[in-house]
Amino acid sequence: MSKFVTFEIFRYDPEKDKEPYYQTYKVEIRRPGMLMLEGLNQIKWEQDTTLAFRRSCREGVCGSDGINVNGVNMLSCMTKIEDLGSDHLVIQPLPGMPVMRDLVTDVDDFFEKFITVKPYLIRKSPAPDKEFYQSPEDRKKLDGLYECILCGCCSSSCPSYWADKKYLGPNAFLRAYRYLIDSRDEGAEERLPILNDKNGVWRCHTIYNCVEACPKELNPTKAIVGIRQMLLERQY
Amino acid sequence: MSVKIEYHKFDVVVFGAGGAGLNAAQVASQYCSTAVISEVYPTRSHTISAQGGISAALGNLEEDHWHWHMFDTVKGSDYLADQDACEYMTKLAPQYIIELEHIGVPFSRTPEGKIAQRPFGGHTAEFGKRPVKRACYAADRTGHVMLQTLYEKAVAQKTQFFSEFYVLELLVNDGAVNGLLCWDIQNGGFHIFHAKAVVFASGGCCRIFKTNSNAHINTGDGLAVAMRKGFSWSDAEFIQFHPTGIYLAGNLITEGVRGEGGILLNANGERFMEKYAPTIKDLAPRDIVSRSMVKEVLAGRGVGPKKDHVLLKIDHIGAEAIMEKLPGIHELALVFAGVDCTKEPIPVMPTAHYQNGGIPTNYKTHVIKGFGSNPEETVPGFFAAGEIASASVHGANRLGTNSLLDLVVFGRTAGEEAAKYANSISFVPLAENAGQEGVELLQKFLNSNGENTFGPVYEELRTVMETNVGVFRTEELMTEAKEKLQVIKTKMDNFRVNDKSSIYNLELIEALELNNMILVSQALTECALLRKESRGGHAREDYPERDDANFLKHSEVTLDKDGNIVVGYRPVRMKPLTVEPFPVKPRVY
Ligand SMILES: Cc1cc2nc3c(=O)[nH]c(=O)nc-3n(C[C@H](O)[C@H](O)[C@H](O)COP(=O)(O)OP(=O)(O)OC[C@H]3O[C@@H](n4cnc5c(N)ncnc54)[C@H](O)[C@@H]3O)c2cc1C
Ligand code: SF4
Ligand code: SF4
Ligand code: FES
Repeated sequence: MSKFVTFEIFRYDPEKDKEPYYQTYKVEIRRPGMLMLEGLNQIKWEQDTTLAFRRSCREGVCGSDGINVNGVNMLSCMTKIEDLGSDHLVIQPLPGMPVMRDLVTDVDDFFEKFITVKPYLIRKSPAPDKEFYQSPEDRKKLDGLYECILCGCCSSSCPSYWADKKYLGPNAFLRAYRYLIDSRDEGAEERLPILNDKNGVWRCHTIYNCVEACPKELNPTKAIVGIRQMLLERQY
Repeated sequence: MSVKIEYHKFDVVVFGAGGAGLNAAQVASQYCSTAVISEVYPTRSHTISAQGGISAALGNLEEDHWHWHMFDTVKGSDYLADQDACEYMTKLAPQYIIELEHIGVPFSRTPEGKIAQRPFGGHTAEFGKRPVKRACYAADRTGHVMLQTLYEKAVAQKTQFFSEFYVLELLVNDGAVNGLLCWDIQNGGFHIFHAKAVVFASGGCCRIFKTNSNAHINTGDGLAVAMRKGFSWSDAEFIQFHPTGIYLAGNLITEGVRGEGGILLNANGERFMEKYAPTIKDLAPRDIVSRSMVKEVLAGRGVGPKKDHVLLKIDHIGAEAIMEKLPGIHELALVFAGVDCTKEPIPVMPTAHYQNGGIPTNYKTHVIKGFGSNPEETVPGFFAAGEIASASVHGANRLGTNSLLDLVVFGRTAGEEAAKYANSISFVPLAENAGQEGVELLQKFLNSNGENTFGPVYEELRTVMETNVGVFRTEELMTEAKEKLQVIKTKMDNFRVNDKSSIYNLELIEALELNNMILVSQALTECALLRKESRGGHAREDYPERDDANFLKHSEVTLDKDGNIVVGYRPVRMKPLTVEPFPVKPRVY
């Protein structure tokens, strides 16, 4: 790999730009394993201070920095430049979400959809004095679901999510399922009708983009299949 | 003022959406109108990164008692913690952890289905006899599950969120705190949140060090905002350097790795902690382990071509156990050290991790006025919890897992106390020019066209702090730091922000944060210079002993009316709420 990699970055400031454009930067590779976020910071701190992007934890857990590089959604903080196998990287904001500025997208709709599925434990019967007992086997059912970092890479890669503004999207389904199969939860009757709606799980075409896009290697389609099964069992 | 400001009114306004802020907010929302201000979406707060666990003497796997936990906390703090607050926190811990579980936190489980617990540094049974399993965890994603669950709970509770709003100024009128001035990062524009009670929960400041485990946003804004109004930062000199930061990157490898059986090795393959802490070895508190590592390196027993780090070995517990209990660590080690920890050891060195001190409060989270006032005098309408606050349960050195517990216990208390207070008073009117200082500060940077930009100045700042005010400190190094910081500060008067946009202007936010980090660094260095002893996280080569006769007291640093940094002291509250005090003793493990 050469010592420099080209970053061709989507730029747009609605306050001064009539339309978006791409700007090219040379990023110096300063160590093996250098990450995309280091490249973006290098640009911001040394070349062009006006570039806008999101970041917070810088270690793949807060979900701030989903971006699209050469057509693939990823987290800038966990992606090694060398792993992308190209020295010309086209960097865009996450697709399917309105652009606010440069690499920053409007995620309000994404969070609202997440909230729509009632992502919290719902209880009808009173809680015990102690913790709810949950067997290790029941707890294991939450693995592959609870690790979601709400980065939006999945929903942003989903054709149904692009096509239909109301479609809840893979992230919301994943979270709904995380609660539906929690042995402590009693909220299925409240949650399932929301998922059975025309904007719910039936609109998914199981194209698996979301599975490929998830940087935490989670599998929203498994959740979707699980929810469909629950719906069929209850004959909604 | 000519500038346009949008006004909002809430009974309680919470500054920060980490674990402390969300817990305060979800509680306060049950009693009165509550808003949360955060510069990032709540689930992107730093609490999300917490890994290893949250302590509570549940005794799920072996006998445990809150009084033992209290003792460990006091001793771990090198006796600088306030014993009333330590009793309050450790006694409430079991009940509040159960509450967390009841709202949905997916803790890992014991075979019987109870909350699983693991050992952690400095946590012992029977007042120091042996390590005890006290840290409740969800694999190595404890902060993640807590933050997301608290966010979900707050959402269910209809808390109002103002995300990507940046706090510029704390509003005060007639001695009472009554609101915040903020900048809307997404759309531009000033907002005043007029409140009956304000809760500070804005997290820590460790981004001021080059090698650190913190998120980009941990720039000590809350400290700077409070000091500009003459409120104090207590025990500023006590920064926690966590022993196991990934070599060069600084990202954290949780102490839970050692809790699960991991050990530290020097270049000779020796388990050197056996020498420094014969009883609890690798599970000694963080200040002790960090210093031991640096001593090993200074003695020439470091690893690697530069002999400048040590190794953390965990592969002997088996790949399956690692993938089940420490999956996040496995991923971090791969990305940041290029190491597969199921096969090889992880290269580690201390990393700046946690701000032990903070805005001083009593054990009920009411902010203490601090410098120049009576020791326990509180400020009407002002509450604080979490890493920004100092109740103080961490004193000179926090025990692992006690921070998440602090968020839960004091976050909750702050929510209750703020709501109670808000419901008992009417709004204190805004001062005539409320917000003017903050507006001017932002405009100064937005309109700045000087020479210096964020990148180079920040690089200089964090390098000075790391080199001169790090794990081992001396008069000489810190005096030099003080001079350098003064020079760095003047650079802010000749600053330049190229981006003039009002839409998502990250350059502007970074400039404001840098400005805060400089003040925070200066205040910290001043306190560190004045404390001529070694205690907890503050280790001086020129004063290697603890000096209880002169320094068993909290420092308080703030700005005076002319903008000078001033330092005072306040006694430690040695009297617990109900039990006998733990007398000050030499600290051996
Ligand atoms: C890698 C890592 C692992 C850790 N593991 C553990 C562990 O296992 N156990 C444990 O007990 N502790 C652990 N800690 C420590 C613990 O996570 C933190 O101390 C704690 O999460 C701090 O929480 P908080 O609520 O006080 O603040 P934070 O979570 O930092 O939240 C601060 C909030 O303030 C907001 N804010 C800050 N400035 C502004 C501003 N100017 N305007 C608007 N909003 C602002 C932010 O947006 C954010 O919402 C760990 C820390 C790290 C770094
Ligand atoms: S599998 Fe379903 S949710 Fe996932 S991308 Fe395809 S349509 Fe969207
Ligand atoms: S499922 Fe994966 S891609 Fe989707 S929001 Fe969660 S972590 Fe991101
Ligand atoms: S910055 Fe948090 S996930 Fe990348």
